[in-house]
This record gives sequence, C-alpha cells and structure tokens, in this order.
Amino acid sequence: MEATSTVTDLSQAMLDSMTQVADWVIVLPIVLALMGAAALLTFRRSNGVPLVGAIIVVLGIIACEIVLLLDVIVNGPASMTIGKWLPPFGISLTADLFGAAFALAASVVTLFVLIYAEIDRAGADRNDAFHAMVLLLLAGVTGAFLTGDLFNLYVWFEVMLIASFGLIVQGGRPVQIDGAIKYGFLNFLATTLFLLSLGLLYGLLGTLNMADIMRAAPLANPTAMAGVAALLLLAFGMKAAAFPVNAWLPASYHTPPAAVSALFAGLLTKVGAYALLRALVALLPASRDLLEPALAVIAMATLVIAPLGAIAETNLRRSIGFLVIGGIGAVMAGLATPSLNGIAGAGLYIFHAILTMTALYMVAGLIEKRTGFTDTRMMGGLYAASAPISIVFLVLILAAAGVPPFLGFWPKLLLLEAGLADGAAGWMGTAIVVALLINAVLTLIAGTRLWAHMFWRAGPIGEGTGHIAATLVALDGRGRLAFTVTAALVVGIVAIGLWPGPLMDGIAVGAADIADPARYVAATGLAGGSP
Amino acid sequence: MDYVLAALVGLFIAIGVYLLLSRSVIRMLIGMTIFGNGVNLLIFTAGRVTQEIAPIVPAGLDTPDGPIANPLPQALILTAIVIGFSMFAFLLVLAFRAYQSLDADNTDTMRLAEPEGSPRPPLSY
Repeated sequence: MEATSTVTDLSQAMLDSMTQVADWVIVLPIVLALMGAAALLTFRRSNGVPLVGAIIVVLGIIACEIVLLLDVIVNGPASMTIGKWLPPFGISLTADLFGAAFALAASVVTLFVLIYAEIDRAGADRNDAFHAMVLLLLAGVTGAFLTGDLFNLYVWFEVMLIASFGLIVQGGRPVQIDGAIKYGFLNFLATTLFLLSLGLLYGLLGTLNMADIMRAAPLANPTAMAGVAALLLLAFGMKAAAFPVNAWLPASYHTPPAAVSALFAGLLTKVGAYALLRALVALLPASRDLLEPALAVIAMATLVIAPLGAIAETNLRRSIGFLVIGGIGAVMAGLATPSLNGIAGAGLYIFHAILTMTALYMVAGLIEKRTGFTDTRMMGGLYAASAPISIVFLVLILAAAGVPPFLGFWPKLLLLEAGLADGAAGWMGTAIVVALLINAVLTLIAGTRLWAHMFWRAGPIGEGTGHIAATLVALDGRGRLAFTVTAALVVGIVAIGLWPGPLMDGIAVGAADIADPARYVAATGLAGGSP
Repeated sequence: MDYVLAALVGLFIAIGVYLLLSRSVIRMLIGMTIFGNGVNLLIFTAGRVTQEIAPIVPAGLDTPDGPIANPLPQALILTAIVIGFSMFAFLLVLAFRAYQSLDADNTDTMRLAEPEGSPRPPLSY
C-alpha cells in the first residue's frame, strides 16, 4: 500500500471536518464501558459504588444503543471514522442492523446479570473489581459487534478474552483454576489463529477494512482466499464452540459463579458466531460457497451431538453448556444455507440465544442456590417448594428447543424455510432441515429430563419418595431480587416470542444488508471508485 | 528473503503446535509463545519485506518521494506483541496457581472440572 499519489489535497485521505454529533452514538457505548471500567476499578473499595456505578453506565450504554438502533433502522448502516484517517486507511466503526441489535441485546442482559450477581456476592471479597471486569467484557463484546475493521475486531476479541479470564478465576476455587486453564489456552489459541488468518488476508488484499475487503476479495486468488476463509472458520468456530472444537465450553462454563456463567453463555460464543456470519457471508461469500459442504457437516454434527451431551450429563450447568453449543449449530445451519431466510434465521438465533441462554444459566444458579447441589440427581422434589422457578425453567427450555410460540421458534422457522427453499443446495438443505428437527426434539428431551429430575421427582435418586424440602435453602433478600430479575428477563423473552412481528421485519432488513453489502460499503464512504 | 521468512514462519508454527500438543502446561505456554511469534513474523512477511527507505515524509512535502517501506505491519505486530505478552503473563500466573492448588502440571491429572468416571445418566424418566 505505498502512498505513491502526489496529491497535496488531503481531503481524499483525511477527515477535515468534525464528526457529526449523531455519529458519536456508535463509539459512545464502547467509550462509556471502558471509562466506566476504569472508574469502577478506582472505586472498587467503596461500598455500593461499583454496583450502582455499573448499572448507571450500562443504562447509558443501552440508551446510546437504542438511539443507534433506531438510526440504523431508519437510515441504514451507520459508520464513524476514528482519528482523522478515512477508510480504508483509518479504523472505522460501522454498525449495521445485526451489529446494533446484538450490541443492544448484550448490554440488556449485562444489566440483568449485574443485579442478579448480587446473589453470589454476599460473602464475596468486595474489593475484587467484579463490576469493572463485567464492564470491560461488555466493552469488548460491543466493540466486536460494532467494528468495521478486521484488526480492530481482533483487538476487541482480546479485550473480551482478558476480561473473561479475570471473571472466570475470580474466587480462585481449584475447580475454577482447572476450568480457566482449558478455557484460557483454547481461546487464546483461537484468537491467535484469527490473527494468523488476518495476516494472510492482509498479505493477499492489502487492506483490513471490512468494507474494503468486500470490494477487494472478488479480485484476489480464489484458492488462497478459500484457505484464509477456512482458517477463519476454524478460529471463529473455536470461539463459537462449534463441533468438533467445542471441548473447552463444557469444561469451563460451569466452574465460575452462576452470574459469570450466565454472562459468558450470553455473550462470548455469540460474538464468535457473529464473527463467522460477518466473515464468511458478508466478507468472503465466494470462499463460503467453496466451504459450504464443510459448513453443512459442522452444522449437522453440532446440532445433533450437542444435545446428546446434554442428555448424558448430570451436572446441571454442564448440561446447559451443551444446549448452548447446540444453538451454535443452528447458526451454522444458517451459514450453510445463506439465502435471505438463512441469514435472517442465523441472526435472529444469535439474538434469541443472547437472551435465552443467559436466563437459563440464571435459573440454574437459583436452583443450585436453593438445593445446594450441582448434580441434578440430588435435586429431586423441588417443585413442591419452588413452583415459580420450575415454571421459569420450563419456559426457557421450551424457548431453547424452539417450541412455538416461544422466542426460539421464529429463528428455527426461518432456518427451516431456508433449508427447504428450492435453490438450497439439494440434499444438503434437506439434511440440515432434518438435523434442525432432530436438534429440537433432542433439546426438548434433554431439557424436560432435567426438569423431571429436578422438579417432578418426589426426592433425590435412590431415596424413593423422600422429600428434600427440609434441606432446601430459602432465598434471602438477594436471592429474591435475583429471582425477580430472572423472571423479568423471562417475561421479556416470552413477550418478544409472542409479538415477533417488528423483530422479524427488522431482522429481514438486516439480513438483506449482510447479503448485499452495498449499503454497508456506502456507509463507510468507500462506494465511489474502483478498489 | 520472503521465502526464508515464510519457511521460518512455518517452522515457528510447527514447533508451537508440537509443544501445544504436550500435556505439560509449561510446555504449552512456551508453544503458545512460539506460535504467537510465528504469527507476528507472518504479518511482517505479509506486509512485503523491502529494503527501501524508512516511511518518513521529507520536510516541505506532503507525500514521500519514491517508494518507502510499509509501516502498517509494524503497527499491527506491535499491538499483537503487547496483547500476546499480557495473555502470556496471565496464563503463566494461572499455570503457577494451578500447580499450587491442583498440584499438577500435567493436564491429564487436571480433572476437577470434568471428573473422571463421572456418573452415568440416570435411567429414570
């Protein structure tokens, strides 16, 4: 990229005017989260300040993201250049509908988890900077959703990773250290693989700006680009925990406190899935076509094998971890059938999974709190004592399995339509549809088995009808608050599931922007001129 | 020059992968570092190695006169080195804590999170 031009007029390469105030909402969520994290680190010793401060900061982030989302709905993708260098030289943050919607969902669940986390913090070390790290994690996730530059995406992945390292080891119980070793090494390896493919992409195209890559990729050597796309698939597949590189997730997600598990389940793997969608469908569609058989096989394997793991598992949160992996299979199914319906289905599934998987882990934490066990075989007889928890859990299982009219049904409906469409790659589309249906049935079996063992059985296994009600721990004030928050999130999930109209319309527009990046490229100001 | 560097990248990554396959956490850490350095070298090579002059614009001009070396890979690598080092530092401390509290440097014996011989799923329901 030698600067051989001799123009002295720099208006082609540099911004000469201030950024419009309206465009600041793109960068504000990230700035607020990072500055909030720094401030809370300073005030971590003051009693009560971290929680209240974190809630205020997240509310501010949510407000910015609502403004951003409305702007994107009305005006199409929005872009903002950081520093004075215009794209493709400088870094641009670009929000399209998918990115803005996921960022909003991520900050909303973070708000719920912040309040929920108080349940485990009664005896916790108050100086442990938990809230600062949650905000740092949110900064990484939001940055990854809103960035328009591939190297910048790598940086946000690492911000997210270091914050999640801090959260997973917090408390320092041996089981957490054990989980963190596996989580840490495999995720660091995944981001390093991403960096490797990014270096190759830069060598081939000479640019890292996403909009510029969309313009330059069709002109490059297709074989080499397919290699890069395969490496990206491996790297993001590891982050997203798609089969067969999913082993780190069930090994680590159940080790930290339930609130941290919930946050991880809602945010981390979804960023990997979103990056896959962005990289393979939007950036390198020609290479994705070459990889389609591999994507279909990965999708089918993930869809079928993950819920089998959930059925076989007796540890409650480990079992839910397998359900999280099964959901990634649905996103992969969308990647393998990238018609408009397929992309919309994958996007809607990510949105649904951010909300539902977080809520599922929150309920699991409440169940563990009440029973004092992590093993579902010991939890029998909970229904008599905790009917509300059992209802919330069942609703979430139905939503995760995709039973109408709950939220999970709508993305699966779109994915089924995509698989059955005429143009969808013959047998592969049909096979993916079959795998999606098997996944729904298996998820339902796994979830209802969990429900039956925890709630429906009269007592723990091996003790006949002995009742464990006597040994149940009553929820204290913090526990009741946590349950209220969880129930509120579930009510939100049910409400969206019952009135999916606006969401379906919006996600269709977002999918059109992913499939045809013209508006995305135009937003960054790169539309004119040849690559 | 490019070919030599490309071969070196391959060597680094091969060594890194080999060490990562080990069961010892310390070896895995060293493998991770070598792997990361291989990737840094790859970005450097991908930016085209030249023997041109440094990318400095002479005084009084808006653009450099003549070809210059590509300054971008160095910025990318610098970022990657800083991030990689912080990750390495964290994982090193984590490995030490694991050695202290799990009394294990061998990943085969780290089975707290996933106990060996875990119970079979109940056959009821």
